[in-house]
Amino acid sequence: MAQVLPAEHDVRRIIGDGDGVADGEVEGLDDAALLDLYRAMVLLRTYDERSVVYHSQGRVGTYAIFWGHEAIQAGSALALADEDWIFPSYRESAIGLLRGMTPETVLSWWRGHPAGWWNPREFRIASITVPIATHVPHAVGYAWGARLKGESACALVYFGDGATSEGAFHEGANFAAVMRAPVVLLCNNNQWAISTPLSAQTRAEFLADKAAGYGMPGVRVDGGDVLAVYQATSEALARARAGHGPTFVEALTYRCAPHVTADDPTAYWDAQRVERERENECLGRYDRYLRRLGVLSDELAEDARDDALERMKSGIAAAEALPPPDPEVVFASAYVDPPPTLREG
Amino acid sequence: MPALTYREAIRDAMSEAMRRDDDVFVMGEDIAEMGGSMGVTQGMLDEFGPDRVRNTPISEMAIVGAGIGAAVSGMRPIVEVMYQDFMTLAMEQLVQQAAKHRFMSGGQIKVPLTIRTQGGAGWSPGAQHAQQLEAWFLHVPGIKVVFASTPADARGLLWSSIYDDNPVVFFEHRTLYNLKGDVPAEIDGIELGRARVHREGEDVTIVATGRLVHEALKAAEEAEQDGISVEVVDPRTLLPLDEETIVASVRKTSRCVVAHEAVVRMGFGAEVAAIVQHQAFDYLDAPVERVGAKFAPIPFAPVMEEYVIPHAEDVLAAVRRTMGKD
Ligand SMILES: Cc1ncc(C[n+]2csc(CCOP(=O)(O)OP(=O)(O)O)c2C)c(N)n1
Ligand SMILES: [Mg+2]
Repeated sequence: MAQVLPAEHDVRRIIGDGDGVADGEVEGLDDAALLDLYRAMVLLRTYDERSVVYHSQGRVGTYAIFWGHEAIQAGSALALADEDWIFPSYRESAIGLLRGMTPETVLSWWRGHPAGWWNPREFRIASITVPIATHVPHAVGYAWGARLKGESACALVYFGDGATSEGAFHEGANFAAVMRAPVVLLCNNNQWAISTPLSAQTRAEFLADKAAGYGMPGVRVDGGDVLAVYQATSEALARARAGHGPTFVEALTYRCAPHVTADDPTAYWDAQRVERERENECLGRYDRYLRRLGVLSDELAEDARDDALERMKSGIAAAEALPPPDPEVVFASAYVDPPPTLREG
Repeated sequence: MPALTYREAIRDAMSEAMRRDDDVFVMGEDIAEMGGSMGVTQGMLDEFGPDRVRNTPISEMAIVGAGIGAAVSGMRPIVEVMYQDFMTLAMEQLVQQAAKHRFMSGGQIKVPLTIRTQGGAGWSPGAQHAQQLEAWFLHVPGIKVVFASTPADARGLLWSSIYDDNPVVFFEHRTLYNLKGDVPAEIDGIELGRARVHREGEDVTIVATGRLVHEALKAAEEAEQDGISVEVVDPRTLLPLDEETIVASVRKTSRCVVAHEAVVRMGFGAEVAAIVQHQAFDYLDAPVERVGAKFAPIPFAPVMEEYVIPHAEDVLAAVRRTMGKD
C-alpha cells in the first residue's frame, strides 16, 4: 500500500514580491537556465499576443488564448528531459516552440493547414487534444508503455480545472496510480471552464485534494511563478523516474482572457478581478525577479522580445506562403495502407 | 405567422414548456450565463433561475445519466450535450441505460428524457467537432431520434420530444441556427415519425436530412431548369421513420436519392435504400442513389472540408444519374 500524505494546501512559491515576501531560488538553475526560462516565456507570450492579432486580421482561425499561462507551460516543459513526452490540450498548442518547433507549424495548425500536423515522435509531443480530458489516459498509457520497454521516459499531461469533472480524468488518474505509471498530471487551474467557474465545477476546496483519493501526492503551486512550477514538476518527474508513480500538480492561475477568440466573456466574468489578475501576470513577475537578481538587463529583455517577434513574422509569412492543401490528403492519412475500397464512400 | 430563427424556435419550445410545466428543466455545459456554446439557451437563466437552467460540470456521461435519473423521478429533463461528437462520452448511459430502462422494468417505468445536441461541418470545426453521427443511434431500440431542418419543424418536434415519454435524441445542425422561417402563432407539437414533403415533384424523390434538406432544395431548383421535376422529403424523425411517405413518393416518381451529411457507408441512406427496394421494387426505374460525406474524418482545412462533405451539386449529380443524364 502506497503511503501518501494528504495533498498540500499551501501554494508553493519561489518568486517574491520585491517587498515583504523574499525571493527564493531553485537549486541547480544557473543564470543561463534562468534566462532560458525567460526566453521561453517571452516566446510563448509573443506567440499568443501575435496570434490574437492574426486572428483579428483573419489570418488564423478561432484561437485558444493562453495569455497568463506561460509560467505553467514554460516552467513545466523545461523541467522535462528531452525524451519525455508532452500531451497537450488546446491551451498548450504552442508548447512545441519550446522543443524547436517553428511558429510556422503551430500557426498552420490554427490555420487548419495539414502542415500543422507535426510529427509527434519527432517532437515527443502528442497531437493537441480538444475533447476535454481524453488525453489523460493516453499519457498514462504512454508512460506505462515506456516503462515496459525499459525506457526512462516520463509523460506530462496538461489539462484544465474543468477537465477534472470528466470520467477520463478520473479513470486515467486512478490507472496511473495503480500502475505506478511515470506520469505527471499537470492541472492548469485557471478557475474557469469557458463560462463555468471553478466553484460550479467542484465543491472540493482544492483540486489537489483529489490526488489523495487516488493514492498519489497532490501538490499546489502558484501557476504565475515559473520557478515554483519548474521545481514542482522536476520533483514529480524525479519521483516518476525513480519508480514511485504519478503526481498531481495543481498550478493555480486565473484566465484573464476570453476562453477562445470566439468567446465573449462579458456575460459571465468579473472584469475587476480580471484587471487585478492581469497586473500580476507571470511574465512581469519573472522579469522583475530576474532584474532583482541582476540576471536580466534591458538589453537581454529586448533581445528576447525581438527574437520572438522575428520568429513570429517569418512564421506567419511561411505559413501564408504554403500552397493550399490537396484535399486528397484526407485519404492518405486516415489509415496505414488505406484500403482502396474505402475511398469515396 | 411570426418568423423565428432555428435557434429561437428551439429556445421557444423549451421556454414555453418550462412556463407551462414545473417538471421541465434544462441542464448542460455553459448553458446558463453564457446561454450555451451556440446561444440557444440565451436569456433562459434570467427567466427561470439557476435551478432550472443548470450549468453542469464537464461530465457528459453524468449529464445524460443524471437526466435519466431525473426523468425516472418524474421530471421531464432536457439535457444539452454541447457537440454530438461528445455524445460518444455518454453512449453507455444512452444505449445501455436510457434505451433499456423501460424494457428491463417490464414497461413499468418511463424515461421522458430529451437530449439536445448539435453538430455538423461547413464551418471548419475539425475532425472531432464536425461529425454527423445520427446513424449510430438508429441501431438502438428504445430511443427516438429527431433531426429538424427548419425553424417550424425544430419547434414543433422539440415540443413533441419533450412531451414524449421515451428518451429522444434531438439533433440540431450547427449551420442552421440563423436560418429564419415562419412558425405557427401557437406552439404545437409535430408528431414524431411524420415526414414533411417540402416540394412536390414527378421524376425523382430526394429523401434528405438536416443541412442536406436545404442542399436538396437547391438541387431541385436547378434540376427544374433541366426539366427534371424533383420531390423533396425530409423524414424529420429518423426513428421511428415515416416509411409510408417515403415509399408513396418513390412509387410516384420511380427514382430515389438519399442525401445526408454523414458518411455514406453504412449510413441512414442504406436503410432508406433497403426500404425503398423492398416496398417499391417494381416501381423503380433506376438504382437508389446515396449522397453523403466521403469516407474520411472531417478535415479542419476549409478546402479539404468542402471536398469531404456533400453539397447541392453532389445531390444534383445524383439526381441526374437516376435520370440517366450524367
Ligand atoms: C468532452 C468535451 N466536452 C466539452 C467540450 C467543450 N469545451 C471546450 S473547452 C471547455 C472548457 C474546459 O475548461 P478547462 O478544463 O478548465 O480548461 P481551460 O479551457 O480553462 O484551459 C469545454 C467545456 C470539449 N471540448 N470536450
Ligand atoms: Mg480552466
